[in-house]
Amino acid sequence: MLLAIGSLTAMGAALGTVLGVAARYLAVESDPLEQEILSLLPGSNCAQCGFVGCAGAAAALAAGEATVTLCPPGGKGVAEKLAKKLGVQADLSHSEDKGPMVAFINEDSCIGCLRCIKDCSTDAIVGANKQMHTVVSEVCHGCGKCFKVCPTEAIEMRPIPVTIETWHWQKPGAHAAH
Amino acid sequence: MRIFPVKGGVHLEYRKELTSEKPIVALPMPKILLVPVQQHMGAPAITMVQPGETVAKGQVLARGQGLVSAPVHAPTSGKVVDIERITAPHPSGLPQITIILEPDGADRWVELPAPINDPFAATPAEIRERVAVSGIVGLGGASFPSAVKLGLGSRGKLDILLVNGAECEPYLTCDDRVMREHSEEVVDGARIMAHALGTANIIIAIEGNKPVAQAAMQRAASQFTNVAVVTVPVQYPMGAERHLTLAVTGRETPARKLTADVGVVVHNVATARAVHHAVRFGRPLLSRVVTVSGGAIAEAKNIDVPLGTKVADLLEFCGGLKRPPHRIISGGPMMGQPLPSLEVPVVKGTSGILALLSEETNEAPSQPCIRCGSCVNVCPCGLVPVEMASFVRNEKLDDAARIGLMDCVSCGGCSYICPSHIPLVHYFNYAKGRLNALDRDRRKRELVKTMVEARGVRLEKQAQARRDAAAAAAAKNDANRANP
Amino acid sequence: MSILIDKSAPFAHAPNSVQQTMLTVILALVPATLFDAWLFGWPAIIMFVNTIGFCLLLEAGCLALADRPMQPTLTDGSAVLTGWLLAMSLPPWAPWWISLIGAVFSICLAKHVFGGLGQNPFNPAMVGRIALLVSFPLQMTGFLAPHKLFAEGSPGLGEGLGIIFGGHGNFDSISAASALGYIKTELSRGIPVSQSMAHVPDLMDLAMGMHPGSFGETSALLILAGGLVLLARRIISWHIPVAVIGTLFVFGTVFNAVDPDRFTSGAFQVLSGATFLGAFFIATDYVTSPVSKPGQLVFGIGVGVLTWVIRSFAGYPEGMAFAVLLMNALTPLIDHHIRPRAFGRTRKGEPLPAKGEK
Repeated sequence: MLLAIGSLTAMGAALGTVLGVAARYLAVESDPLEQEILSLLPGSNCAQCGFVGCAGAAAALAAGEATVTLCPPGGKGVAEKLAKKLGVQADLSHSEDKGPMVAFINEDSCIGCLRCIKDCSTDAIVGANKQMHTVVSEVCHGCGKCFKVCPTEAIEMRPIPVTIETWHWQKPGAHAAH
Repeated sequence: MRIFPVKGGVHLEYRKELTSEKPIVALPMPKILLVPVQQHMGAPAITMVQPGETVAKGQVLARGQGLVSAPVHAPTSGKVVDIERITAPHPSGLPQITIILEPDGADRWVELPAPINDPFAATPAEIRERVAVSGIVGLGGASFPSAVKLGLGSRGKLDILLVNGAECEPYLTCDDRVMREHSEEVVDGARIMAHALGTANIIIAIEGNKPVAQAAMQRAASQFTNVAVVTVPVQYPMGAERHLTLAVTGRETPARKLTADVGVVVHNVATARAVHHAVRFGRPLLSRVVTVSGGAIAEAKNIDVPLGTKVADLLEFCGGLKRPPHRIISGGPMMGQPLPSLEVPVVKGTSGILALLSEETNEAPSQPCIRCGSCVNVCPCGLVPVEMASFVRNEKLDDAARIGLMDCVSCGGCSYICPSHIPLVHYFNYAKGRLNALDRDRRKRELVKTMVEARGVRLEKQAQARRDAAAAAAAKNDANRANP
Repeated sequence: MSILIDKSAPFAHAPNSVQQTMLTVILALVPATLFDAWLFGWPAIIMFVNTIGFCLLLEAGCLALADRPMQPTLTDGSAVLTGWLLAMSLPPWAPWWISLIGAVFSICLAKHVFGGLGQNPFNPAMVGRIALLVSFPLQMTGFLAPHKLFAEGSPGLGEGLGIIFGGHGNFDSISAASALGYIKTELSRGIPVSQSMAHVPDLMDLAMGMHPGSFGETSALLILAGGLVLLARRIISWHIPVAVIGTLFVFGTVFNAVDPDRFTSGAFQVLSGATFLGAFFIATDYVTSPVSKPGQLVFGIGVGVLTWVIRSFAGYPEGMAFAVLLMNALTPLIDHHIRPRAFGRTRKGEPLPAKGEK
C-alpha cells in the first residue's frame, strides 16, 4: 500500500511540475488580440467612443474595459465582429436603433468656411473657400467631427436611407402587416 | 433526347387550368401609364424626357447607363405628365423614379430602326446592338439585360442555346400561351439569338404538362434541323436555369459560375419572341403577356399588357376581386414578390399578377421543427435547410454561409413541404440580405481606411512641404545675413 | 385595401402538417394494437389507456409549468404517439405505477427538459422503457402467455382493473418467457441454440404473434403491415427499416452458419422481438434520427449491429431499445459529417472543376 501511495504522489508531483513549467515557458502571448481588434475598427480616430483614437479603444477592448458596442461609425457590423473576436455576447439591440449615419450639409446655412473640410477624417467633403461644401456620402462614415465643428450648424447627421438595392427582408416575425 | 435526372424538387398543385385554355387578349390602353426607369437588373436608366413633353410610341424615355443596363421606351404615344418617385412593385414599398405618361389615344409610332431583313447575314454585334436598343431583358422574371447575355459567346465555347419553356410556377400560363399562339415567332427569335451567340444547336425545353404548346413548337421547329423540342418532367423548379441545363444536357454548372461556362446559354421563350420583333421589325419591348389569376379574381385571363399599366387597372379588366384576397403577388406563388399596393405598375419582369385566397396559400403559424428531413429531400441544390435555418435563427450567419447558404436559389420547395410551416426561405432571404449588407459595410470600411490613410499621407506631405519651405527660408535668411 | 407583407415567398404550401403525420403513424399502429388487445384481454387495454392518459396529463403539466400555450402542442399528437409506443413496449399487464413512471421518464425527462417537441436527443418512448427496465427488471421481463379477450378464464373488465390498479393476480404463476428470453436463458444453462429453438414458437407463430412478449412484440406481421403503410404514405423512407432489418438478417445468417449452436438464424432475428416495431416505428423517429438519406442508412446499420450484439452477447434478451438510444447519441455526429452533395460542388464542398470544353 505504501508503494501505491508513494508512486501516485510522485507521479502527481512530477506531472504538476511539468504543467507549471509549460504554463510559464509555453504560454501564449496575448498581445496579438489588441492588434486584431484594431484591424476590425474603422481606423479613423474620430474619438466618438471616448478613447484616444482607435488604438486606445482596441487596448480597452482587449483589457475587457469597454463594451463591443462602443463604435457608432462601425455600427452593428463592427460590434458583431468584436463580439465574435472577444467571445462575448453582445446586446446589439441598441446599435440597431441609431444605425450608421452620414453627414448632410444644408446648403442654405453653409458659409464656406472650410472648417469641416479640414477636419474630415476621410476627406469626404468637397468644396473651397467661400464656396458650397458638399459631403460625398459614399465615403462619409458618420464619425460626426464635421457636425461638431461647423459654426453655423449647417451639418446634420442623417441615417443612411434604405434604397431598393439595399433593402432586404427582416427576420420572420419582424415585419408588421401593411 | 435523353433527359437527365434532377435530384430533389417538389410536386405542386399547379392550378393552371384557371387560365391555360384562355387565349391572350389585348388590354385596352389605360388612362395612365407609370413607367419606372429601372425595370431590369443593373444600373437604372437615365431619363431623356421632360415633364410636358409629347412622346411617340416606341420613343426612348430613358437610356441605358453603363454596361449592364437597358433603355425604357414609351408604350404608346402621349404626354409626359410628370417624372417623380412612385411606389415600386417591390415588397419594400420604397419609391423609384417613374415617368408618368398620359396616352393620347393615337398610338402613333416613332420612326423605328430599319428591320434587319436577313439577320443571319448580320454580324452578332449588330444583333446584340439591336437587342440592346430595344430594351429587351429576360422576360422569365430575372430581367437581366438580354444583349449582355447574348454577349457571353466571348466567355468560351458555347454550343447550345436552351430556350426555357418550362414555366414551372403554379398558375402562370403566359409562356404556355405564347408558345401555342406565336410558336413561329419564338423559333425565329431563338434562331436569331443562336446566331448572335454563335451556338450551333437550339433546344426548346417544355414541361410535360403543356402538350399543346409542345405540339405547336414542334411544328414550328420541324423545318430546322438544328432546333429540337424536348419534354422535361413536371418537377418544380425545373425552370431554374442550372437545373434545366442539367436535365437537358447532363452538364452540372459549377458553383459560382454561369451556365455559359458549361457551353449553354438559357433564354426565356417570351424573350426570344421579343428579339424576333426587335430584329425583324425594329420594334422595342413595349408590352408583355401577363397571367392574372388566383381564386380571388373574378375572370382570370392571359393579357397582353402595355408596360406601365397599373395593377389596379389590370384587375378591373379582369372583373375585379370577387373575394378579398389573402395575398397579392407579382410573379408565381413560389418565388413571386408580394406587392405593397395596387397602384404599382406592371414592369418588364411581371410574368403574373395573382390574387390568392387563404385556402390557396394554406398558411399556418409555425411550429417547432421536428427534424423530419423533408426539406433536405426536396432541396434541388443539395443543401440542408433545417441546419441553415437553425443557424440563421441564432444569428450565426457565417456558419449558415459555410454550409452553403449562398448556393440557395430561394426556390421555396423547403418552405412548401415543411410540416411545421416554418418559413425557411424567409430565414434564408433575411440571412442573404444581412450577409450582403455586412459585405457592403466591410467594403465601405476598407474604403474609409484607405481614405484615412491617404489623408494621413497628404497631411504629412503638407507638413513636410511646410518644414522644407521653413528650412529653405531659414537658410535664405542665414545666407542673407552672411552676405548683407 | 391593405395588403399583407409580413413574409416572403413562397405563398403556397403542401397539405401536410405535424398533426397529420402523427395521426398517420398512430393509424398504422392500430391493427397491431387491436390484435394485442384481443390477445391479452382487458388488463392490457387498461394498461394501454393508462400509459397514453398519463402521457397526455404530464404533457399538459409540463406545458403549464413552462408557461407555454396548451394549443396546438397538446393536440399535435406527439404525446399520444409517445405514449402509444411506450405502451407497446411494456408488458401487457403492467401495473399502473409502471405506466406512470414510464410516462414521467418519457414525457418530462426525455422530452420537456430538453425543450419540448423537436429538441430531444433521445427517443422518448425508449428512454421510458429503458429506465423502467433497469429499475424494475422483474416487472418488466415477466411476460405473459396470451389470455385472449373473451376466452374462458380471462379476466373481465372489473378483474382487469383490479389487476392493473390493485396488484391482484399472481405474476409468478402466470409468467412466461418471450422467445428471445428463453433462448438466452437456455444458453446460459449450457443448452445450445439448435436445441432450444425446438421449444420456442415456430417462425410462423412468431410472425403471427400468438406467443408471449411485450405488448408490441407479438404481432410482427401486423406491425410490418403498418410499417408498409407508413412507407406508402411517404411518412418514412425505406432507408432506416431496410438497414436495420437487413443488418440483423445478415448478421444472423452469417453467424448462424458459422456457429449454429451459439447464434440464432437470420430469420429468427428478424421475426422475433421488437424488430419490426423498432425498425419501422422507433428507429425512424424524426427528431432523433439523421436528416439525410445516407446518414439514415448508417444509422440503421448501426442499430442493426448493436441490436444483434446485445441480443447475442449481453445480459438482456432484447437489444433494440438500447441500440436505438446508443445510435440516437451518434445522430448529431452523423448529421455533421454526412451531408448531401451540393449542386455544382464536389463532395468536399469545392466548386466542380471547370470542364475541358470551356
